[in-house]
Amino acid sequence: MRAALSADVRACERAAEGLEAELRLTVPSDVTVVEEAVELVARHLEAAFVDRRTIRFNLRVALAEALANAILYGNAGDETKRVGVRVLFGRHTVQVEVSDEGGGFDYRLLPDPTLPFARMQPRGRGLYLIRQLVDEVRFNDTGNSICMILRRD
Amino acid sequence: MSLSVRREPSGVVVVAVDGQLIVGNRQELKQKILDALEAGDRKFLIDFTHTGYIDSSGLGVLVSLSKKIRDQGGDLRLSGLNEDLKTLFELTKLDTLFAISDSPEDALTAF
Repeated sequence: MRAALSADVRACERAAEGLEAELRLTVPSDVTVVEEAVELVARHLEAAFVDRRTIRFNLRVALAEALANAILYGNAGDETKRVGVRVLFGRHTVQVEVSDEGGGFDYRLLPDPTLPFARMQPRGRGLYLIRQLVDEVRFNDTGNSICMILRRD
Repeated sequence: MSLSVRREPSGVVVVAVDGQLIVGNRQELKQKILDALEAGDRKFLIDFTHTGYIDSSGLGVLVSLSKKIRDQGGDLRLSGLNEDLKTLFELTKLDTLFAISDSPEDALTAF
């Protein structure tokens, strides 16, 4: 993890309870590595988490979206920049934080991609999907670190 | 992800996606279909029987292809969505935009 990432204000500033294990990785700003990074995280979580579908589907898609956003928009594909992933997990809760080295964005300004005119647009579904697939989403104030939390009984 | 492309005797170009359709590989699918469209093909079936998940970039490519194919007077159908993929299409309301069949066989009879 590079200093620039670890020093940033993080989205997951307070850890939820019951998160016994931690997984960290640093991902280059290259979209071709997204699938491998997602599989690596999912493989670790599938055995530990109570519900497999949540990991197989909700987590994989949400993490792929967050990584793609961080690489394409946050770091703007700049190969000198990295994306940090920090996963804290227990049997019933997974907390995934994805942080980039970009200037952040205003996450409150995204239109609903399911409105009839928006459905024909090729872009604008990433953050919407994340919000639909995880139980809680937080950002840091800068908007370059997202915290996604999944909970299952 | 790998793609296999075949042309049915009826003229339908069937592209089977094996693996995830996501940000790192979506252009491959887009280019394959656009090449066929350029070459004169008009009927397309994309089969997801062997696909685990699709991300928003992959969905975006499907939306973009659908529009391009329709603009050329063609027809795009999708098949083989597992429960996760069906959920994705429902969440994004893209199930209202695409003709979706359970199996490639069903889709081929619908052209």
